[in-house]
Amino acid sequence: MTSQVSMNSVQTGELMYTADEMMTVAAARALRDGITCFVGIGLPSAAANLARATHAPGLVLIYESGTIGAKPTELPLSIGDGILAQTADAVVSVPEIFNYWLQPGRIDVGFLGAAQIDKFGNINTTVIGGNYGNPRVRLPGAGGAPEIAASCHEVIVVVRQSTRSFVERVDFVTSVGYGSGPGDRERLGLTGAGPMKIITDLGVLEPDPATLEFTMTGLYPGVSAAAAKERAGWNLAVASEPEIIAGPSPAELGALRNLQRSTDDR
Amino acid sequence: MAEIVSLAEAVERAIHDGDAVAMEGFTHLIPFAAGHEVIRQRRRDLTLIRMTPDLIYDQLIGAGCARRLIFSWGGNPGVGSLHRFRDAVEHAWPTALEIEEHSHAGMANRYVAGASGLPFAVLRGYNGTGLETLNTGHDTAPTIKPITCPFTGETLTAVAAIRPDVAVIHAQRADRAGNVQLWGIAGVQKEAVLASRRSVVTVEEIAESLDPRPGAVVLPSWTVSYVAHVPGGAHPSYALGYSVRDNDYYLAWDAIGRDREAFGRWLEEHVYAVSPGQP
Repeated sequence: MTSQVSMNSVQTGELMYTADEMMTVAAARALRDGITCFVGIGLPSAAANLARATHAPGLVLIYESGTIGAKPTELPLSIGDGILAQTADAVVSVPEIFNYWLQPGRIDVGFLGAAQIDKFGNINTTVIGGNYGNPRVRLPGAGGAPEIAASCHEVIVVVRQSTRSFVERVDFVTSVGYGSGPGDRERLGLTGAGPMKIITDLGVLEPDPATLEFTMTGLYPGVSAAAAKERAGWNLAVASEPEIIAGPSPAELGALRNLQRSTDDR
Repeated sequence: MAEIVSLAEAVERAIHDGDAVAMEGFTHLIPFAAGHEVIRQRRRDLTLIRMTPDLIYDQLIGAGCARRLIFSWGGNPGVGSLHRFRDAVEHAWPTALEIEEHSHAGMANRYVAGASGLPFAVLRGYNGTGLETLNTGHDTAPTIKPITCPFTGETLTAVAAIRPDVAVIHAQRADRAGNVQLWGIAGVQKEAVLASRRSVVTVEEIAESLDPRPGAVVLPSWTVSYVAHVPGGAHPSYALGYSVRDNDYYLAWDAIGRDREAFGRWLEEHVYAVSPGQP
């Protein structure tokens, strides 16, 4: 797998790392050991596997291909690579993974990516621009995300931050975050709590407790509040004293690069 | 009872212009060789049904076989877009493609309803998404509607059953009587075959008899129409125990699929100039 490496890299202390590596490390840290996590492919899968390889060896990874408790030693390219089935505690059918495992609320964290996300954490992976019948860009579509976003106890989104991906209102609601604000999830009958964190290549956002609008509460070393605001398509709120998130430790960076190397080498 | 025939004969007899065809296999066991045979036999106006169109439907769509696509996630897993699918939706090339889209949970339940002989399935899903109001226009009936639970009064979502004309799957093994056995990631293949009027199963191996395998899916011969022996018929996806996923092929497809001419050359070299069942 060719990893997408961001152009800008950062140096703190002796360690040189990319913005994407920082994002993956921050996302991995958000997963507590021992929880169950429904994993989307791409950035979320890299982060979930990094968590397993570092502080959360007991993290239970669940992929929509029906692999429960997968323990891959290299990053899978797809959600159905053989290594997921071969290392899983159980492999179940696709109807079963959605109906028996996701729908009743058995899974702690849904870990998703996004093409577009808005200030209420609604996700678009369907169409951009034009209209639905005649879009400017046709994206892959929903996959498992709408029900992951609805039914997991909470959701974490990993997405690179830009004015294109961070929009005031998504062009199409593929997966519901907080809808138009407080009360919408309850009104819609969504059983999970919704998105608790958006982790980007600049920092971490959390919903404002009152308005549920996503606010930048943490920044990576060397990232300014102004830079974060500049790379958002809405008037992004930044906490008055945002947490400065620690850069990757040597152990985290080593583990991430090992995972990626084993994938590149195969 | 399933008939054991050549791949060309299975496709010839089972799949006709205008049919609704579900080629299933969730990343694993995708029936690529059968898909290529459908292209070679130049089927047209198909309604293609598949949760994850993947490269197999990118190829069929680019070759002009499809009029309509029913799906839930149309990307190249871990790589990016399906460019033939996008070209069809964004520019009607090589021909316009109607789409009916769902979530995975919705599609899986539509197959379950089809396999169960029910007109619809019920799930908690789609609430608040843009998907629940789609698929209501065009010339087709809506396939997502709210439904009230008769016991609790809760509002749930009903999705219409899928009943394809033909299901096409790839499996590890069949025996000489046409009983089919598959294992590993089993996706929705059992549901797709049981929901369909006819079915084609390509297999890695035809054995004298099937040794029991805990956890394997077995489709008895009398649920299957045609079995064809096509070793490697899932490439570039894989058959657990027989092959590994050819991730390099998926990565390389991006450049081929992106360009109409490169795709045309690929079709000539790798499909039209090749005999059925050959990689």
